[in-house]
Amino acid sequence: MTTTLATGGRYRFAQVARMEWIKLRSLRSTWWVLTATVAGAIGIAVAVGVNTRDAAADLTNNALAGISLGLLLIGVLGVLVMTGEHSSGMIRATLAAIPNRPLVLAAKAAVFGVVALAAGEAAGFIAFFAGTATLPGGIQGPALGQPGVLRAVVLGGAGFCLVGLIGLGLGAIIRHTPAAIAVLVGGVYVVAQFVAVLTHSLMGYLPIAIVANSLTAVQPPSDDQVRFLSPWAGLGMLCLYAAATLGAGAWLLARRDA
Amino acid sequence: MIEVRELNKHYGSTVAVDRLSFDVRPGVVTGFLGPNGSGKSTTMRLILGLDRPDAGQARIGGRPYRELPWPLREVGALLEARAFHPGRSARAHLRALAASNGIPATRVEEVLGFVGLADAGGRRTGKFSLGMGQRLGIAAALLGDPGVLLLDEPVNGLDPEGIRWIRGLLRSLAAEGRTVLVSSHLIGELALTADQVIVIGRGRLLADTSVAELSARSASLEEAFFELTSGSTEYRGALGSDGRTT
Repeated sequence: MTTTLATGGRYRFAQVARMEWIKLRSLRSTWWVLTATVAGAIGIAVAVGVNTRDAAADLTNNALAGISLGLLLIGVLGVLVMTGEHSSGMIRATLAAIPNRPLVLAAKAAVFGVVALAAGEAAGFIAFFAGTATLPGGIQGPALGQPGVLRAVVLGGAGFCLVGLIGLGLGAIIRHTPAAIAVLVGGVYVVAQFVAVLTHSLMGYLPIAIVANSLTAVQPPSDDQVRFLSPWAGLGMLCLYAAATLGAGAWLLARRDA
Repeated sequence: MIEVRELNKHYGSTVAVDRLSFDVRPGVVTGFLGPNGSGKSTTMRLILGLDRPDAGQARIGGRPYRELPWPLREVGALLEARAFHPGRSARAHLRALAASNGIPATRVEEVLGFVGLADAGGRRTGKFSLGMGQRLGIAAALLGDPGVLLLDEPVNGLDPEGIRWIRGLLRSLAAEGRTVLVSSHLIGELALTADQVIVIGRGRLLADTSVAELSARSASLEEAFFELTSGSTEYRGALGSDGRTT
């Protein structure tokens, strides 16, 4: 029963990130959600590609339509990464191992963020190629070398990652799985419907609108009533949402009893 | 060595821990006794930094828990409720904790074997019985080979063989010079393993003495315990002065 441990030093970000990576990869739900997201994005890209009639439409944006739908899944996974610890009691083991709570959330965000980004970029690129390859004969598909196309594909994956981080932050703030998912779905989808009807000026700031109409658009959407953000402004806005929810989550995690 | 000084904690209007002070010394098993809801688990969470005290402090080897450089190498804890995710295997759970404190993965196999979960390590913990869950909790507590152990109701859910195993384990850990604090509401069980005993009621210290001394006060340890806890207010003043072991 004796194992010699290296003495000196103390735990740092690297150790905490390793813990979070083992935790994330050892849950089946992680792989189910990521697989479903990528598969869904490809399926939708093919369905949209095959049924394309209008050669003048934003075909890149069409091919990336599945990314916007996958936002819900990655957001829920982000919520679960945090609330799963609270509902199971794992949080006590985690915080007993690493009492520096903001460091725990930072490591979670880094590990989950990298995994979500990889999944989002994979979904984006595969969906782009699948969606453009399945266009009907006679319709010329976009190429990555054309202006704005590569940017749309790359930012689509980034948006996917950022919505996942918003979910993680909401999970840290709210702690209870159903409530956090309700706020996420409400904030990303339901509120969007109301805002679309009531105040068009705010519509462009909603996460789903940013991903669907700013990040993944090559041609600016032509809507007289709604002003959508530019791709980079949209990315900045999503970063701001993620930073705000994670910041509030870290602040609360450090102050509340576990 | 665990030092608890004037610890206070309330939840809403309920006082959970009330100006609690005691020391837990190395080399002996210290029992932590009290009726349900007396504040045992809260005190343990406060020592581990999981809950924040309203006043007072707890120190381990002279430092607050939050300042420990490698917490799991200094303190091993088994908490009352389950502290693992049901979807994760026992092995993955322990590997994650080991990684956080720079403990090699080989140690995970050692503790799994030691608690009798070598064959169940790959199974998801959601399928574990209460007893297996306790064994996993004990494996996690022993992971960093810590000098201080806090075990909250460790015999919960264990079969007679498991209970006997825990008794031997606690004694041998203390014999190796470790500091061992074990809570229980089963007085008879603690009488078999503990040398020292700390009794609390409604968050207050009622006695801090040896098991032998407490047993000698009444017909049995159990009698002495009931006398203490039934009249906690009257007994508090008298025991505060004569019961301290420091």
